Amino acid sequence: MSSQVLLFSALFAIAVGFFLLSCYLRFSLVTIGKPDNRFNELGQRFSNMLLYAFGQKRVVTRSYLFGLNHAVFFWCFLILLIANTEFLLHGLFPASVSLSLLPDILYFTLTFIFDIVSFFALVAVLIALGRRLFVPPKYIDARTYDAFVILGLVATLMLAFFTLHGSEIALGEERAALYMPVSAFMGNFILARLPGGTLTALVTAAWWVHAVALLGFLDYLPYSKHMHILTSIPNCFFKSLEKVNTQPREEFHKGSAYGVGRVDQFRWKDLFDSFSCTECGRCNDNCPATRSGKSLNPRLVIHNIKENLLHNGRQIGKGLEPALPLIGTCREGCVTETDLWECTTCGACMEVCPVFIEHVPKIVGMRRNLVEMKSTFPGEVQSLFENMENRSNPWGIIPAERGKWVTETDVPPFEKNQTECLFYVGCTGAFDTRNKRNTLALTNIFNNAGISWGVLGKEEKCCGDSLRRLGNEYVFEQMAKENAALFQDLGVKKIVTQCPHCYNTLKNDYRQFGLNLDVSHYSEFILDLIKAGKIKLKASAGLGRVVYHDSCYLGRYNGVYDQPRELIKLSSGHTPLEMERHRQRSFCCGAGGGHMWMEENADTRINMERVRQALQQKPDTICVCCPYCVTMIEDGLTDLKVTDNIAVLDLSEVIQRALV
Amino acid sequence: MLIVTCIKQVPDTTQVKIDPETGTLIREGVPSIINPFDAHALEESLRLKEKYGFRVLALSMGPPSTEMTLRKALAVGADDAILLSDRAFGGADTLATSMVLAEAIRKISAQEEVALVICGKQTIDGDTAQVGPGIATRLGYSQLTSVDRVDEIDMRRKRITVRCKFEGRYEILESSLPAMVAVLREINRPRYPTVPLRIISQEAELKVWDNRSMQLSEDKIGLKGSATAVRRIFSPDREKGQILAGDEVNDPDQAARRLIEVLVSKNLISVQ
Repeated sequence: MSSQVLLFSALFAIAVGFFLLSCYLRFSLVTIGKPDNRFNELGQRFSNMLLYAFGQKRVVTRSYLFGLNHAVFFWCFLILLIANTEFLLHGLFPASVSLSLLPDILYFTLTFIFDIVSFFALVAVLIALGRRLFVPPKYIDARTYDAFVILGLVATLMLAFFTLHGSEIALGEERAALYMPVSAFMGNFILARLPGGTLTALVTAAWWVHAVALLGFLDYLPYSKHMHILTSIPNCFFKSLEKVNTQPREEFHKGSAYGVGRVDQFRWKDLFDSFSCTECGRCNDNCPATRSGKSLNPRLVIHNIKENLLHNGRQIGKGLEPALPLIGTCREGCVTETDLWECTTCGACMEVCPVFIEHVPKIVGMRRNLVEMKSTFPGEVQSLFENMENRSNPWGIIPAERGKWVTETDVPPFEKNQTECLFYVGCTGAFDTRNKRNTLALTNIFNNAGISWGVLGKEEKCCGDSLRRLGNEYVFEQMAKENAALFQDLGVKKIVTQCPHCYNTLKNDYRQFGLNLDVSHYSEFILDLIKAGKIKLKASAGLGRVVYHDSCYLGRYNGVYDQPRELIKLSSGHTPLEMERHRQRSFCCGAGGGHMWMEENADTRINMERVRQALQQKPDTICVCCPYCVTMIEDGLTDLKVTDNIAVLDLSEVIQRALV
Repeated sequence: MLIVTCIKQVPDTTQVKIDPETGTLIREGVPSIINPFDAHALEESLRLKEKYGFRVLALSMGPPSTEMTLRKALAVGADDAILLSDRAFGGADTLATSMVLAEAIRKISAQEEVALVICGKQTIDGDTAQVGPGIATRLGYSQLTSVDRVDEIDMRRKRITVRCKFEGRYEILESSLPAMVAVLREINRPRYPTVPLRIISQEAELKVWDNRSMQLSEDKIGLKGSATAVRRIFSPDREKGQILAGDEVNDPDQAARRLIEVLVSKNLISVQ
């Protein structure tokens, strides 16, 4: 065995040993998390992995065309994995492992592919480097040490590859020279003039540079954001099979702790998520809080969970108290309370994350800890909590008042065993003067359709959405159980809701309480009635230019994008205008996640930002589909002192105008 | 050292209606709540507990359903709760109520030294503000009423300093312990219960004292022991209200002008 092989074997053993140890030390930390079954439906999981990891489906999108550069990297990396495996094995066993031992046709094909792919990788590195240096996007922490180390290492690998093969070609030692265009260019035009001795030395030097860079890359990986190379593929495999539109239930036993106040109170997948973050910053780019200048930065929330895990994981594993608090001061490894309360749970972060990190359940989990264990939350939330618990509505209005609107119009009561469909009005629809207009519009539409429907009137209770998102799971559970008992008692099977928040809660949250209701939002329900011929619409003029705003809990949470647009088209005769951020990338109105009932700094209100986006389309009407959005968009217009006569209409009002 | 916090469970008066026929309150179907003033008394007790290390005992006289309210007191951090419940206590006015409460506190103080009795200034159903002073008088405690701030308790000298808020002035008072403190709502903001305490409070054992354990003379308690009786409850007649609608209500200047016009036309104000 030559001394070079011996030296390399020793280096290889140390580097690989160190890499495996690092992986073990880091990944074993994930096991301190709580259980979460992510091993069901394996077929579906494999296909997700193929589509999203290998197909890079969420990396390359219309909004993020630059993701193409990553896709190139990813595929180059996969292909060069074969080349590099051969490189390492050849280094260990020079006589028995070598591509050159393959038959010509195979050898030439592979060398051609590796040569071209290495060139692509080098170009991709240069593009990435250029972007970070000259046109860094706002949402990326572009010029980090970590990014430059990795880009530098990859560039070194590629340059060493071309120098190595170029020198061999210049020496005439490479029989595949004709099939390695880039290396051949290097050999024939750049290195050819060097004397033979220098070339031989260059071969050895390039080989060692390549070997050291490769092993260095391997050892550096687990300690950088590039750990995602190891974790993002499994993270796509483990991704939630359903939309992440609910949060898990808690079990309330004496002596238990509730919510997430320590990093081991996350589920293991939450911890694995933190290892999968690539710091691409797309969550920040879409977060309404971040974009309106709040301190919340979803990427950093995930990063801090990871840092906290690395800092405390081993201690917790030994049964000791963690040294670094998870929720607390503003330092690396801690998430501040302010950040947690700034989230509107709009889900934009989760929608764009290329590796399916689930931000919202983590934030709600930490909110639960603050509310349920420490009783700390923004002051204005306390009256909301008390009103919901005592009077089942956010304002603390006397529950008997809930049925008052019913007396003002012609509304059938829901009758057990007779009424087919329950119209669940919701608090805003029943109490709020402005949003009662939508309720009355829906009442007209349902009466017009001649269907069997009814309301609960003063017997209706709040669904509890805001409590669940704000982390008050204890009271939410009480309300959910009360509603479940009420619905079961009355034999309710089919529900249509006005508010997307009620819709999501009844449809998705209540399943955890044994309710499997046929819940639809009125936009779905009415479109079905139209298709069944029960409602006829005649496109009415007078709305002018209509722009549609997607509600988060209807769109992102439940995938209802087309029905409202179709209904606007049927009612107005025109396809609605789209804001730059629409459908999956829609921008929150600022009211979700309990924010309807919270104060917001006047300089940087989310609803004002959304209204500015709407105004770019020069609309005459802003059509929304959610009572919260109605309030927020109307207030936004007032706050921005927009003097143009712009109407904010709920979709129900738009449809009502077109009733035949 | 103990702080006894007196709590009353009251009907949510905003939801109570008066039966015009009988002149009594319609209580059916009306949810019961902790008297809001007492929630502040409890909060102040808990804050003093955290600062000086007292134990807090929640004390209430009422029907068995009052248990719910006492559990809420345990859920925010009271250490103990005693319910005084007996048919014989029923129908009591402030005289008979303060009698029972005072005797209960006397009994409690035989076991553990009572430093303070903290009450809400008044209840929202009776509005008398007499029970706290009644207790203090019977027990011979000094009474500090309309307190909006507790400044200091000197545990060694057994003295308390508080600020009382009266119309147009504050008074800083110092008194010896034990004392009765009746608090205003602005004294603090009651806390929200944590879940672990809520769960413990659900299962906690409540002490219920009836008159067999209290041994009070039937002439001094309940309806018999009351010096006052309610003859009639009624809402005063009033003219039907009027809503001023129209575009000008959104403009403060115009709205004010319109309001003045209406008030002048009704002879409620005059313009010189």
